[in-house]
Amino acid sequence: MLVLLPLLVPLATALLCALTWTTPRLQRAISAGGAMLLLLCSLALLRQVMAQGAITLVAGNWPLPFGIAFTADHLGTALVLIAALMLSITLLWQESAADAAPVSPALHPLLHGLVAGSTAAFLTADLFNLYVWFEVSLICALGLLVQGGALRQLDAALKYFVLNLVGTLLLLAAVALLHAATGQLNFTALGEAASRLDHSVKLPLLGLLMLAFLIKAAAFPFFAWLPVSYHTLPAPVLALFSALLTKIGICALLRTIAGVFFPAPELLFTLLGWIALLSMVTGVLGAAYHWDMRRILAFHTISQIGYILLAIALSSRAGNAAAIFFALHHSMVKAGLFLVAGLIYRQTGHYDLRRIGGLHAAKPGLAVLFLLLALSLVGIPPLSGFWGKYLIISESFNQGEYLWAGSALFVGFLTLYSMAKIWLEAFWKPHPDRAWRLPTGVRTAPAYAGLCLLVLVTLWVGLVPERLLLFVSDAAATLQGGVP
Amino acid sequence: MISWLPPAEVFVRVLYAMLLFASLWILWRGQNAPGGGFIGGLMAVAASAAYALVFDAGSALRRLPLEPVRLAACGVLLALLSGLPALLNGLPYLTHRGVTLSFGVVELPVSTVILFDLGIYLCVWGVFGGYCLALVRAIEEES
Repeated sequence: MLVLLPLLVPLATALLCALTWTTPRLQRAISAGGAMLLLLCSLALLRQVMAQGAITLVAGNWPLPFGIAFTADHLGTALVLIAALMLSITLLWQESAADAAPVSPALHPLLHGLVAGSTAAFLTADLFNLYVWFEVSLICALGLLVQGGALRQLDAALKYFVLNLVGTLLLLAAVALLHAATGQLNFTALGEAASRLDHSVKLPLLGLLMLAFLIKAAAFPFFAWLPVSYHTLPAPVLALFSALLTKIGICALLRTIAGVFFPAPELLFTLLGWIALLSMVTGVLGAAYHWDMRRILAFHTISQIGYILLAIALSSRAGNAAAIFFALHHSMVKAGLFLVAGLIYRQTGHYDLRRIGGLHAAKPGLAVLFLLLALSLVGIPPLSGFWGKYLIISESFNQGEYLWAGSALFVGFLTLYSMAKIWLEAFWKPHPDRAWRLPTGVRTAPAYAGLCLLVLVTLWVGLVPERLLLFVSDAAATLQGGVP
Repeated sequence: MISWLPPAEVFVRVLYAMLLFASLWILWRGQNAPGGGFIGGLMAVAASAAYALVFDAGSALRRLPLEPVRLAACGVLLALLSGLPALLNGLPYLTHRGVTLSFGVVELPVSTVILFDLGIYLCVWGVFGGYCLALVRAIEEES
């Protein structure tokens, strides 16, 4: 039952929040309670999975392969924990006055709905069910995008919706074709049946599946939905989005191409490697071009997704472990950076770097928090990003992929460039408006609390990486049905 | 207009009751035969829609047991809760149990699935009914 709780708790909370939408205080209390409960359930599930390995539950006691199974393995459980943590931080942030989302009756149901869709997508062991939860999270994300109601937000929502819908429809087509070819939907059964498929059938089917997940993960050249929509969101929702949405695609990719259908055709991995390379480079170049902090960070997400895809493309156990490590690290650090951007906006009044400045003297604490997160994203030791990049680059060298490894190093330097840009513009240079003073009486304590939590996690992972390294290597082993 | 027929208002009141009754019957029948919560819910939506077209969207809304959003949320919540009794017997979530009650010649199948189906019924009625009535209202405001 514990396996289903990370899905049932946010779902029930979303429904209760929808029922109490006329009494905002009660709704807020239910929402906070639900988030706490989800965090506890995820921790309990993680404990159990680490102790006894993957746990499977078939809803309704139907025999496999007909029943719809949920499997909590290392990868899924870790992502669920991050989703729970990010939801709590988002709700905490809502209590502050730092670019919080406008309070509307639909906000809390949608936030919990998005988390329910994501956790279920992380835990499901059924391909059609995966599609269903993709849709749930898509609809909730769409609802959150239109919350502001401004024209540019509706414009972003429309683009997000259309481009993502293409992804989910492709996924549906791939699911239907795979079912036609194998007669199965359950991951275990699908894996067995697919191993008997002819290569000429397997390649296009898995290619279509990979395409759908790449759209979800915002890889080159399918990333358009991400930079057109992210910058219209308020900071806490943005942090939740960046921790969840692309990770759903990454998790699905790891589970299918690297897990269930192992060994997938070699050509797919070669293709994935080049897509990863182009994602890394285009993302980082896009970031270098922009001045809006949210756009810079959104483009960096594409670049970092490239790193994760590169690790998956290496198609080895060490590569998969590196991908999982990097995905976990990126969820926390990128969300943290979006939150820093929200605080900078609160203190200076703009997201545009050209119109702000002077924060290093006015807010030295914020400057330190930013530096820690930014250097972690760049990959400076001893922060978590260093280990992520180290794992990926060393595995690339091991496999003789010198071009991929070299590009990953080069992109790291470019990442440093745009992080330095934010540092120089927002913190170091004086504020262009001489009359600017720090706003007073703004409630930012809850926002700082959430942010500090994320920074502590990245510091902890960076300084004591052994446990997480061990965990991701177990995760990579269970991915292909092995025992850690 | 054919003058010897009763007015549409009278018709639709009868139709509303009949459609709702039929929808509940289909919901019930769904346990062991084609039918069920989804299709039953759609028939309930048809009843609301017919009522709104003859009268107006507001009066059709007042005839729903709850506001559309609440109705749908209660429905899904009921469906979620219907999976819990199985846990008392140590069975996985959503395992349903059914028995057939026998009254002499009449046999009545009863199972916890009906709770789940009722949840779907309410959800469909809430979501599609609310959507449909909002559309009718938009057309009313336009004309």
